[in-house]
Amino acid sequence: MAVEREGGLGLGTLGRLGMAPQPMSHESIVKAPRTRAADKVVESVCPYCAVGCGQLVYVKDKTIIDIEGNPNSPINEGTLCPKGAATYQYVVNPHRVKTVRYRAPHSDHWEDRPLEWAMDRIAKLIQETREKTFLERSADGKLVNQTQGIATLGGATMDNEENYLIKKLFNGGLGVVSIENQARI
Amino acid sequence: MGSNMAEAHPVGFRWPMKAKEKGATLIHVDPHFSRTSACCDLYVPTRAGTDIAFLGGLINYVLSNDLWFKDYVVAYTNASSIVSDQYRDTEDLDGMFSGFDASTHKYDNSSWVYQGPAMEGPEDAASHSGHGQEGTSPAKHQPDRDETLQHPRCVFQILKRHYARYTPEMVERICGVPQDLFLRVAETLTKNSGRERTTAICYAVGWTQQSYGPQIIRAAGILQLLLGNMGRPGGGIMALRGHASIQGSTDVPTLFDLLPGYLPQPASFKDDQTLESYLKGATVKGGYWNNLPKFMVSMLKAWYGEAARKDNQFGYDWLGKITGDHSHIATAAAMADGKVSGFIVFGQNPAAGSPHASLQRKALKQLDWMVAIDLYETETAAFWYAGPERPNPSDIKTEVFLIPTAAPAEKDGTFTNTQRLLQFHDKAVDPPGDARSDLWFVYHLGRRLKDLYRDSTRPRDQGLLNLTWDYLPDRPGPEFRIQDEPSAEKVLKEINGRTVSDGKLLKDFEHLKADGSTACGVWIYCGVFPEEGKNKARNRTPTPDNYVSPEWGFAWPANRRILYNRASADPAGKPWSERKKYIYWDAAKKRWTGPDVPDFPQTKAPDTPAKPEGHGMELHSGADPFSLKPDGRGWLFAPSGLKDGPLPTFYEPLESPVTNLLYDQQSSPAVNRVPRKDNPFSPPGDPRFPYVATTYRVTEQYLSGVMSRWVPWLSELMPEMFAEISPELAAERGVKNGEWIVVSSVRKEIECRALVTRRVHPLAVDGRTIHVVGLPIHFGYKGLVKGAMVNDLVALSEEPNVYIQEDKAFTCNVRRGRLS
Repeated sequence: MAVEREGGLGLGTLGRLGMAPQPMSHESIVKAPRTRAADKVVESVCPYCAVGCGQLVYVKDKTIIDIEGNPNSPINEGTLCPKGAATYQYVVNPHRVKTVRYRAPHSDHWEDRPLEWAMDRIAKLIQETREKTFLERSADGKLVNQTQGIATLGGATMDNEENYLIKKLFNGGLGVVSIENQARI
Repeated sequence: MGSNMAEAHPVGFRWPMKAKEKGATLIHVDPHFSRTSACCDLYVPTRAGTDIAFLGGLINYVLSNDLWFKDYVVAYTNASSIVSDQYRDTEDLDGMFSGFDASTHKYDNSSWVYQGPAMEGPEDAASHSGHGQEGTSPAKHQPDRDETLQHPRCVFQILKRHYARYTPEMVERICGVPQDLFLRVAETLTKNSGRERTTAICYAVGWTQQSYGPQIIRAAGILQLLLGNMGRPGGGIMALRGHASIQGSTDVPTLFDLLPGYLPQPASFKDDQTLESYLKGATVKGGYWNNLPKFMVSMLKAWYGEAARKDNQFGYDWLGKITGDHSHIATAAAMADGKVSGFIVFGQNPAAGSPHASLQRKALKQLDWMVAIDLYETETAAFWYAGPERPNPSDIKTEVFLIPTAAPAEKDGTFTNTQRLLQFHDKAVDPPGDARSDLWFVYHLGRRLKDLYRDSTRPRDQGLLNLTWDYLPDRPGPEFRIQDEPSAEKVLKEINGRTVSDGKLLKDFEHLKADGSTACGVWIYCGVFPEEGKNKARNRTPTPDNYVSPEWGFAWPANRRILYNRASADPAGKPWSERKKYIYWDAAKKRWTGPDVPDFPQTKAPDTPAKPEGHGMELHSGADPFSLKPDGRGWLFAPSGLKDGPLPTFYEPLESPVTNLLYDQQSSPAVNRVPRKDNPFSPPGDPRFPYVATTYRVTEQYLSGVMSRWVPWLSELMPEMFAEISPELAAERGVKNGEWIVVSSVRKEIECRALVTRRVHPLAVDGRTIHVVGLPIHFGYKGLVKGAMVNDLVALSEEPNVYIQEDKAFTCNVRRGRLS
């Protein structure tokens, strides 16, 4: 969703405010925040705490150039805290992992592996473990269709849609019961 | 209380500050002086772990000084309900309620029920407790009532007796809060409650991460009900949650004991063998939870599609049933014993961020394989070569995958914030390299697994094969490189629900059916996507004339902004006062109205009598505002739903330097201490660990640091682990500000810098000086800045209702120097 934002405090703005033009250097007139050069502005939500501050993501040439508070949000009215204001650096950061990192049993180093290979391998490991540990009936003969050999953890930093598919696939499809996240209450 | 809102939820704290500018009084009760304390009108230092003594003191003050809101309490709470003559209180049994079985450490709660005619429903209500599930745990009886509140076994009289010894003197002795300071809080609170005024209470994990967290919240609930502060503007109890969508991950959820929308997870230890017996056990006769069969069958239809039919119980057998405690803590213990083979971790970091982190790391080493999915290399991903134990990789068999994932700005999806508000975030750009959204990972993993099992005819695999799994977009966004990204909106539509016959999206959960004609993934979210092209989580319409902003996002349930808002009007449907007008009965139009969606049947008149022979909402009168409760009333006393008692009772934390002054029973009897050799506890008053440790956040770091310690701006602002100690404690231990110290618990030792400060100060507790050690939670052994992990000091323990650990109060020692 694109959002229109008004430009800076140019002469036009002052004029509209009914103020006489003030003495201003040429630089003050022509300088502008780089966000104004964005190709698009996308509505987002802060990834840190649960207050849910609205954010605007500024994109130029398919690259994020800044992330700021959304002034329209009734929650934060454009403001962000130190962490929220650092969202840009959280996203655009040279330390991010960009390839699949794989460590073989007993190995002392990471290796890069193709994403498709890793997905196939993980699916295979899930199948193997499920086959080995699946419990159709409990000791007292009740149908339980579960496995305790696999566990998943996490979800509170992720989207509802992602959490929904985790629960659906792992419990409704595979019978995994230890599906947990940061929340307990 | 239990929250440092100014530092942990800084932008949320703008609103209390704005209220302060308009004349509101802000009070902060906390063991640690923080920016929140500095901004409040009154700061009350207290001993960590004693919140129930403090809140119980306030309840006693309200009752003994006759300051409760009579019209509200008599009409809207269960104060008048009469409790079984089998019930015995902690006052009778020296800190125990009736029904405790010492061999199992569990309560049988059958003596806590109301007296009155029996209602249909499960016999063992405790088996259905769990967070958010009080509503599904029925009161077994339609209560006999005494509206004069004089009957010796009515809830009001039980409450009075239960809290009679929680006097200002006792609060001072237990909490270390001087009486005059306590009385200033009590007077401010009571003067600011009633018809004309309301008070809100905010809390965070400072309350919940204790061995009786839900009971602390219950104590606040009792106080707010007595003062008439529930369901009214400016009132309530605000849970300040700590992750962007931790509310959503509880609602949807990724929790072992719940299905979507707070439906109990089917269990072998309950009578859940068939869908019919599950529904019989989980469905409550009174209140809105009576509709549970509609929610459950619609969820099964959403998961299994056409394969979910009446003749196969809508696929109920395919759900993995729980056979015990499969919580994160129980699973970590099982993993440490080699009982778990594979582990998938999405955006979480147990090696640094979970209790007893050294045991967590030990557990990871027993795995055959582990997948960590994150933006950065976490402590968890690096457990096999890094960490305080200096592991030798060649000794560790685990096959480890670190899968790079997308940031919210790189994917579509919704977060549910702390006020239950769903907000959609749009994808701005592709994630870098091979990074993909977690949605992509789960979708494509599921697709592969379905393929691996495609020829199976075994019953156990039919759930997977029949799982509806059609999420690729009709038209992928042409501007993005990644073309096989599943559509988050398609998933959200499934969550919202449809009519099966015509595929039309459902407008609200009132339309759900139990006959298989509707499919709905998460009933409480129904209405977020009411028609094609109308994603209400993307609503961004400002409404300056309506302060609850009904057109910004979508608040579940049904876009209600204030829950129980029927209680904002009196029993006759008139606002309690003009100043606090919110939802009220419009007699001319014969409907409830106001700036919010009424939390009540829209056209049910206030004088509608309850139908004792009916079911569901018919059992409630037009003046019973708490629609999820079987009896429609706010529960001062909880006749069912809790495993550790019907009334909050003060116990000492599992580790404490002092003994319980109120009862012989030292700590909560129903807590699971996860007994095992590598999880010891120090006994009460242990001279080896004389100080109280408490944990907290700082503004500039986040959780275990994965989202902040790789960010240079934040790392520069808060670069190092420290322990806050008072000048008095520093003098006692010969420590100077900035020096290295070792902080130890009975489980492990960590080293960090001493920050000698007046922000923590010694408390006078029953004639003794108790020192506090304050520890931030954010550090670990990966990232741009590193430091000791406070979770290495914390024990595994499980609060009995929600399986949470206690890390806000435990015992420790401090010495000058470094680890050898």
